[in-house]
Amino acid sequence: MSAGLVVFIILAVIAVAAAVAMLLSNNTLYSALYLIMNFIALAVIYLLLGAPFVALAQVTVYAGAIMILFLFVIMVLGAEKFSEKEPLKWQRPIAILLGLALVGEGVYALLNRVGTALVANPATAEMTDPKALGVLLYSKYSLPFEITSILLLASVVGVVVLTRGGKKEQKP
Amino acid sequence: MIPIVYYLALAVILFALGILGVLLRKNAIVVYMSLELMFNSANLVFITFANYFKVLDGQAMVIFAMTTAAAEVAIGLALMVMIFRVKGSIDIDQMNHLKG
Repeated sequence: MSAGLVVFIILAVIAVAAAVAMLLSNNTLYSALYLIMNFIALAVIYLLLGAPFVALAQVTVYAGAIMILFLFVIMVLGAEKFSEKEPLKWQRPIAILLGLALVGEGVYALLNRVGTALVANPATAEMTDPKALGVLLYSKYSLPFEITSILLLASVVGVVVLTRGGKKEQKP
Repeated sequence: MIPIVYYLALAVILFALGILGVLLRKNAIVVYMSLELMFNSANLVFITFANYFKVLDGQAMVIFAMTTAAAEVAIGLALMVMIFRVKGSIDIDQMNHLKG
């Protein structure tokens, strides 16, 4: 068993355990912190796969910006705990059953169709180069890049409009 | 060397956990976090195949997915704050005012 495989297994266990803990935790604040743990484990997995720029973007954008937004909103709204009683009694068991079925099906399909023969490539200099990724973003993907910037602008405007408060326009 | 099927299996498990979070939890913020988990498992698949086929396009896609997720979270949390202001709760079972 190679060192990379050991590292991967440890990270995978951390990621899955953090995700399960996020689902089971009663306190919303703890859920957010567990999700940050999951994101950081995934960032290290990206490093293993030879994508350092995406790994660091994951830490700064996901674990940093997005989760801080979550934490901020949880603090503003108060980490309220309400009863997790489900009005539809049969929904929970069916959801768990179907979730497990999805996992089984996915893993079965992967093992059948992909198999363990295909292995990940070791990281090479040209694959891990952030400069090459930047050039790709600004040449081949320049149109999606611009569309993404318009999407961000729209979301900024949307958030401002939504949270401006329902004050009626005061007549002068 | 690590077979790529391990990475893909991890992505499947994380995606299923995200779906379970959406189905089981009633707190709207936790439902949102489960959505983020699903975004991440999709990103993991992108990165895995970018590595396997030795192309950078997968990494570029992940950058776009992250940006989209950031925009979506900002809008979603703003909606959450507004719903909390109106109803005083973010229990998704109580968001039934549009029911006919």
